[in-house]
Amino acid sequence: MMVNKKGLLAAGAVAVAASLALAGCSGASSSKSGSSDAASSTLTVWVDADRAAVLKDAAAAFTKESGVTVKLVQKDFGKIQEQFIAQVPTGKGPDVTIAAHDWLGNFVGNGVVQPVELGDTAKDFQKVAVTAMSVEGKTYGVPYSIENIALLRNTALAPTAPATYDDMIAAGTAAGTEFPYLVQVGPESDPYHLYPFQTSFGAPVFGTNADGSYNAGDLSIGNAGGEAYAAWLAKEGAAGHLSVNVTGDIAKEKFNAGASPFLITGPWNVPDAQKAGINVAVDPIPSAGGETAQPFVGVQGFVVSAKSKNAIAANEFLVNYIGSEKVQTELYKVGGRAPALTSAFEAASADPITAGFGAVAAKAVPMPSIPQMGKVWQFWGVTEAAIISGQGDPTALWQKMTADIQTAIK
Amino acid sequence: MTHPGTERDEAQVRESKRSRQAARIAEAASAGVKTLLVKIFLLGIVDAISVYALFVLLLRADWVVFGAVLLVTLIVNWIYFSKQKLPAKYLTPGLIFLLIFQIFVVGYSGYIAFTNYGTGHNSTKQDAINALIVSSQQRVPDSATYKLTVVEQLGNYSFLVTEPDGTVSLGGTDAPLRPVTDATLDATGKAVALPGYASLKFNDIVGNQEKIAALSVPLSDDPNDGTLRTPDGSKAYLYLSDLVYDEAAGTMTDTKANTVYADNGKTGSFVAADGTELLPGWKVEVGLANFAKAFGSESIRGPLISVTLWTFAFAFLSVLTTFGLGLFLAIVFNDLRMRGRNVYRVVLILPYAFPAFLSALVWAGMLNPQFGFVNQVLFGGADIPWLTNEWLAKFSIIFVNLWLGFPYMFLVCTGALQSIPDEIQEAATVDGARPFQVFRLIKLPLLLVSVAPLLISSFAFNFNNFNLIYMLTNGGPRDVTAGVNVGSTDILISMVYKVAFVGANRDYGLASAFSIIIFLLVALVSVISFKQTKALEELN
Repeated sequence: MMVNKKGLLAAGAVAVAASLALAGCSGASSSKSGSSDAASSTLTVWVDADRAAVLKDAAAAFTKESGVTVKLVQKDFGKIQEQFIAQVPTGKGPDVTIAAHDWLGNFVGNGVVQPVELGDTAKDFQKVAVTAMSVEGKTYGVPYSIENIALLRNTALAPTAPATYDDMIAAGTAAGTEFPYLVQVGPESDPYHLYPFQTSFGAPVFGTNADGSYNAGDLSIGNAGGEAYAAWLAKEGAAGHLSVNVTGDIAKEKFNAGASPFLITGPWNVPDAQKAGINVAVDPIPSAGGETAQPFVGVQGFVVSAKSKNAIAANEFLVNYIGSEKVQTELYKVGGRAPALTSAFEAASADPITAGFGAVAAKAVPMPSIPQMGKVWQFWGVTEAAIISGQGDPTALWQKMTADIQTAIK
Repeated sequence: MTHPGTERDEAQVRESKRSRQAARIAEAASAGVKTLLVKIFLLGIVDAISVYALFVLLLRADWVVFGAVLLVTLIVNWIYFSKQKLPAKYLTPGLIFLLIFQIFVVGYSGYIAFTNYGTGHNSTKQDAINALIVSSQQRVPDSATYKLTVVEQLGNYSFLVTEPDGTVSLGGTDAPLRPVTDATLDATGKAVALPGYASLKFNDIVGNQEKIAALSVPLSDDPNDGTLRTPDGSKAYLYLSDLVYDEAAGTMTDTKANTVYADNGKTGSFVAADGTELLPGWKVEVGLANFAKAFGSESIRGPLISVTLWTFAFAFLSVLTTFGLGLFLAIVFNDLRMRGRNVYRVVLILPYAFPAFLSALVWAGMLNPQFGFVNQVLFGGADIPWLTNEWLAKFSIIFVNLWLGFPYMFLVCTGALQSIPDEIQEAATVDGARPFQVFRLIKLPLLLVSVAPLLISSFAFNFNNFNLIYMLTNGGPRDVTAGVNVGSTDILISMVYKVAFVGANRDYGLASAFSIIIFLLVALVSVISFKQTKALEELN
């Protein structure tokens, strides 16, 4: 009899789990569909843990004003892209999610986002942020932060900012440290961190259209500037300035230990450097090829689901609440990334670190979000690594890479 | 003489028998009632939840899942209320779990292999059409912002707009904008009310936002002038759409370039005559196309043979080395003469306690040619390219896997060794066998009987050991002149990952097709190995 009871319990548990799972599978939005009175409108927003606390206040204010309940769902930032694409078509996805701008190409290609009309507020944001949030001329999100790399300088080892790459090497050599400057490369290279050098030779990955968006048909990475950059990589690799053995961890550790006056990195490594007792200044990345060294800018913002039944409420929340100076400043305070709203950015620029990265961002370019970019990385990094390690003729390797990318994106 | 006594005794006996019987019946009955109550209570909970789920599903008109839940609930009730079917009572819970979490998942993955599910094909055709239309709405460059009041009359919504020059107009979906004169203006000059119409407040707009967001009011009778739409209920902007969907013909027309995109019924997307595809598309069944792609495309076919060979070599060598070292250590630490064996055993098991991907990352750091511990300390600053030379990288992978995997084999072998009776060894020694002979002829065969199935499962695990490859070398080093994204330490599963998931692009269909192929390979090897193990068992 006892055994039988246990069996019963197990059966109970199974049936409960099973019917919940099955019911869950088919979607829990029953409370949302069919209801059309204002009181029960709920705006579901996906947000990462750091941002959730700030949004709570904005959400409360919005609810008070509009009567729309905002449900904040915490998500692991790294998993949002995939989950959003998977869930929106089922109708179970959120109305609004936090997103990085380089996911947009994928989002648009999958038809899971709808355009957001910034209207006249578009000019209140930094231009690079709005450009980054746009695909084929249409804006798909409200940006809140801008992130990019710059040159971090240990002011004890190098008192002045270098004007050119050669200045930097000279200052680094004069400092007598283990490395004249540091940039993370790694066994498969790191095209993101090396990109400012590449653009200083006039070889962006893709050409741009008149409105600043990337033109996938114009693969400019293999132009004459690209070949000059490849030759430069080989030269610097042979001189020991660039090495595939220097990974991100090693570069950071050595800089924090005072083994180099310069490190090319982003704001994420600044707190640790300061903790290690280093006085850091943020400078523009010196040009190696003569033109302006433009790093990639990463923009984060909020986008609206293509299947949202609350498009107007979502738009209102994004443009008038997320886009407000107060929320943008709060978001800056928790994340440390420069605000996308110009007025909030100007206020945040009282901090020299933010101002330094912001000055670089003003001349930088958005990371391409077009789907073709996904196919560039797989050839780009390993080729740079091969050139830096001196495996073959730089020009030939670079042209081979260009041809491979061309084939892949066709 | 004894008769009356006997009679009394008999009566007593009968009475006590009867009372015992009665007590037993009563006990049984009460126990039965208790069990029945528990049974009814628990099944009541189950049924209550099922009925709730059924209602939810009914409202959503989700008939397939509705039927499944109903069927399962009925079966569960039938089984547990019946007096027999004892085996079913034990098996049902497990079977339900098996169905939901194993059979369904496997079946679904198998189904995906025959579709084009992935980036750009992740939903239905209707969703794709909606997404295309929505994202083709282009705001007319430099057009004005119209101040908007949404008004309602008899359940129909209209736009009451104030143009920048102060003109007030009214329009609806079927009625192009026409000027009105009797509107009430507020202090800013914005028209906020019109006689005969009710103005909507933000709350009302939000309450009916699906309809209002879908409203598009033609600017004039000429559709090429564009339509007004509102993203927020208080401002309207002028939009032009380049894409028009022709429902009857099932085609999309780009009005700017005058191109017609038609559904060709194969790729799950709208395709123009010249082959240009509009994305997003939708999910369709593609038959064996994914399998054809798996064997047909150059980026896969080229490296497939070498990758398959290396996968087998890696899995085989991993099992061999970890088993060899594990067995050796198990024998050494099984010797009673060894002091402090338990301490050593604990230390040896430590690598097993670390998460494998963490260890792999730590090893990747230690094997760094310039800064890593191995070259710096063990090889006195030598510049050995552990992870960037093709053959050294292969060696490093197997070596790190040995470090990660031997504790498991050590544990398994220790257990198996201890279950071999000492008498057998003593008997063999008495018969004059040398220690190595005892090991080779007696212990090893006995050991293999119990360990062989674990070796086979270890082979299957290493065959798909994605974590190690991904974390340690990411499949590299790669020959950049080969032009394919596959390196010399890539195994099948990591190659599948690279080929099916490029950047942010996900080709779930292709990945599922590959996993079926890999499953077949592993199953084949396992079947052959298990046959061999059976032969081993018959030896005994």
